[in-house]
Amino acid sequence: MHKRVVITGMGIICAIGKNAEEAFISLKQSRSGIGPITILKTKNKDNIPAAEIKLSDAELADLAGVDIKNYHTRTSLLGIIAAKEAFESAGNKCGKPDEILTGIVSSTTVGGMDKTEKHFYDFLSNNKYSQYILTHDCSDSTKKIADCLGIRNFLITVSTACSSSANAIMFGARLIKHGIIERVIVGGTDALSKFTLNGFNSLMILDKQPCRPFDDNRNGLNLGEGAGYLILESEEVALKNKKEILCELTGYANANDAYHQTASSPDGFGQYLAIKQALEKNGLSKEKIDYINAHGTGTDNNDLSEGIAIEKVFAPNIPKVSSTKPFTGHTLAASGAVEAIFSIMSIKHQIIFPNLNFSEKMKELSFKPVEKIITDSEINHVISNSFGFGGNDTSLIFSKY
Amino acid sequence: MEAFIRGIGNISPQFTYDNSMFLEDIRTHDATFMKCVEPNYKEYIKPIQMRRMGRILKMGVTAAGICLRDAGIEMLDGIIIGTGLGMMADTEKFLKSMIDNDEKFLTPTSFIQSTHNTIGAYIAVMLKCNKYNYTYVHDNLSFESALLDSMMCLEEEHERNILLGGIDELTDIYYKMTDRVGFWKKQAIGNLKMLEIGDKGSIPGEGSSFFLLTGKEDPNNYAKFSGVNTFYNPESINEVRDDIIKFLETKELTIKDIDLIILGLNGDEEWDFVYRELQNDLFKDNVQSYYKHLCGEYYTSAAFASWLAVNILKRQIIPQAILLNKPEIKLPVKNILIYNHLRNINHSVILLSAC
Repeated sequence: MHKRVVITGMGIICAIGKNAEEAFISLKQSRSGIGPITILKTKNKDNIPAAEIKLSDAELADLAGVDIKNYHTRTSLLGIIAAKEAFESAGNKCGKPDEILTGIVSSTTVGGMDKTEKHFYDFLSNNKYSQYILTHDCSDSTKKIADCLGIRNFLITVSTACSSSANAIMFGARLIKHGIIERVIVGGTDALSKFTLNGFNSLMILDKQPCRPFDDNRNGLNLGEGAGYLILESEEVALKNKKEILCELTGYANANDAYHQTASSPDGFGQYLAIKQALEKNGLSKEKIDYINAHGTGTDNNDLSEGIAIEKVFAPNIPKVSSTKPFTGHTLAASGAVEAIFSIMSIKHQIIFPNLNFSEKMKELSFKPVEKIITDSEINHVISNSFGFGGNDTSLIFSKY
Repeated sequence: MEAFIRGIGNISPQFTYDNSMFLEDIRTHDATFMKCVEPNYKEYIKPIQMRRMGRILKMGVTAAGICLRDAGIEMLDGIIIGTGLGMMADTEKFLKSMIDNDEKFLTPTSFIQSTHNTIGAYIAVMLKCNKYNYTYVHDNLSFESALLDSMMCLEEEHERNILLGGIDELTDIYYKMTDRVGFWKKQAIGNLKMLEIGDKGSIPGEGSSFFLLTGKEDPNNYAKFSGVNTFYNPESINEVRDDIIKFLETKELTIKDIDLIILGLNGDEEWDFVYRELQNDLFKDNVQSYYKHLCGEYYTSAAFASWLAVNILKRQIIPQAILLNKPEIKLPVKNILIYNHLRNINHSVILLSAC
């Protein structure tokens, strides 16, 4: 259980780019992906902004290199695009398995809901779209990704709301540490759907403006869509195969707030435990953390709890903190992996991305988030936070290798 | 890796929520589906909490409560749930209301409860449990994934108490939709005749089975989970056969060491041939049994099969109703292998052993 877990590949698609390079350029240029909804067919398109990927399902299928006729949901298309990029960037060939025992731990919150909400009454009355009944299940995108990449072992799907893909990353790392597998593709995918848009709207936590995490006048989150995947390998296997190592996953923890089904506790106890236990896991002293990529959704509740948790762990020396959700929106199950990728980019390029739309410090907190891009700071250790419904709190620590 | 079972709680289409009983009175279901024999939830959940809870949440929280009481444990170090479909009724409710009202006048309760990790989260809130909390949602491997994680948690730290659950509910809407795809038998033949008709489709079911797992040996333990593995899209039955043999080898066992095989036969002739071929080959000298006539086909039915195995290992009784062949049964039963697959896509094996 003392194996070191390294990252050898990553892939992403979200509102600010359809691959890692495009997303990195948008981040550097402070280009947000939040705007009016034009792809999703919803009555809310004129009053709720979102971070959509401006490609139709057919265009996504082309990008994924699959036939749209094979019953692909938008969720599975996004997943395939990001997973393929991750797999290939780590020097693997899709559909050509090598000798290394490889698994997949993927995640999604609503699975194939984009099709279910379109054809719900068809499912009950005719057989025109029956094949999509089966693509509703959360496992569908995992299976389709596995088929594309040629993965035959350990197909696992996690669903713990907005911390889903952070938990997929953590479980994948544990599978390697236990010596159960040597390499695993981990991450998550979620397409924007009317179901989630209306769900979050009914909770009255959607900002009608671009979201303002950690701002005193913040007024909710914006939804996004996307997918992010990492390739985790045991250090031993990566070195043996002369893989380029992007960074190391040195800490992780999952804790539960055990306070309320959706709201986080006012003292951020679950978040505090997740950060603290992730630090304990890797034995790093808290002073070594250079940057926290916060969950920072922009809701009153999250940013307050998360801010208090960060202060409780780090005060008086708070590391640099920013939320990248003003770029990508909240990509739900994908957000943990999307932000893990941004954290890895931070280490690789020694850069901290800004918390866009910030103007006024929260009264309850002693710190402000990073407002402008930072390029002259040494970044060796980054914490990425992901917190979800059901008080599900996960923190990951990425370190320079 | 092994996980000792200290407590159990099971709500299923059989009368199973009373741990002092073990299938003495097999229930028959005459409809084309099987629903749970449910306890009076008022005895387990406060009315104020119950008001907003959907049926699956009641099933989950109650089976978990029975399990914790059985183990005599109040605090947990982890809650790990497998559910193939998650919160179907709440999902359908919000979806229907959104479509019917054209995205207007929506209230959040069913949306909140539609989240797949609702049951694990709810148990955490009830127990004020700040520990590890995961939900796995991979078809008929959901329970197996949760079991694997539980065993890993205990390997990391033996002293832990982990609550493992497998849960799925059958809703009317889901039944109608999947009936259209041809998953279920059209004729109501009765659950006990599941394997007799030999036509297409199975009988759907549901259930909520919980286990309190610990890494510590104790005379009060029921039995132990000794291993789990899964296989995806095998190219042939020979491949499945080899995978099962290899799995047993990692546990230093051969097929001869297995005292009872529990098979996932579900009466769907299109896919039961996979079991039949193994019954006549790899398993031919083993005592063979099946379980889906008792609980129906559903994604986390392996949790019901595990409950069955746990009771057999503890009580050293094999109920006649599950036996497929009539070989000489040699007691004690030490090792039980559960082998399940659904439509030849996801296959799983779970090994349970006497303590």
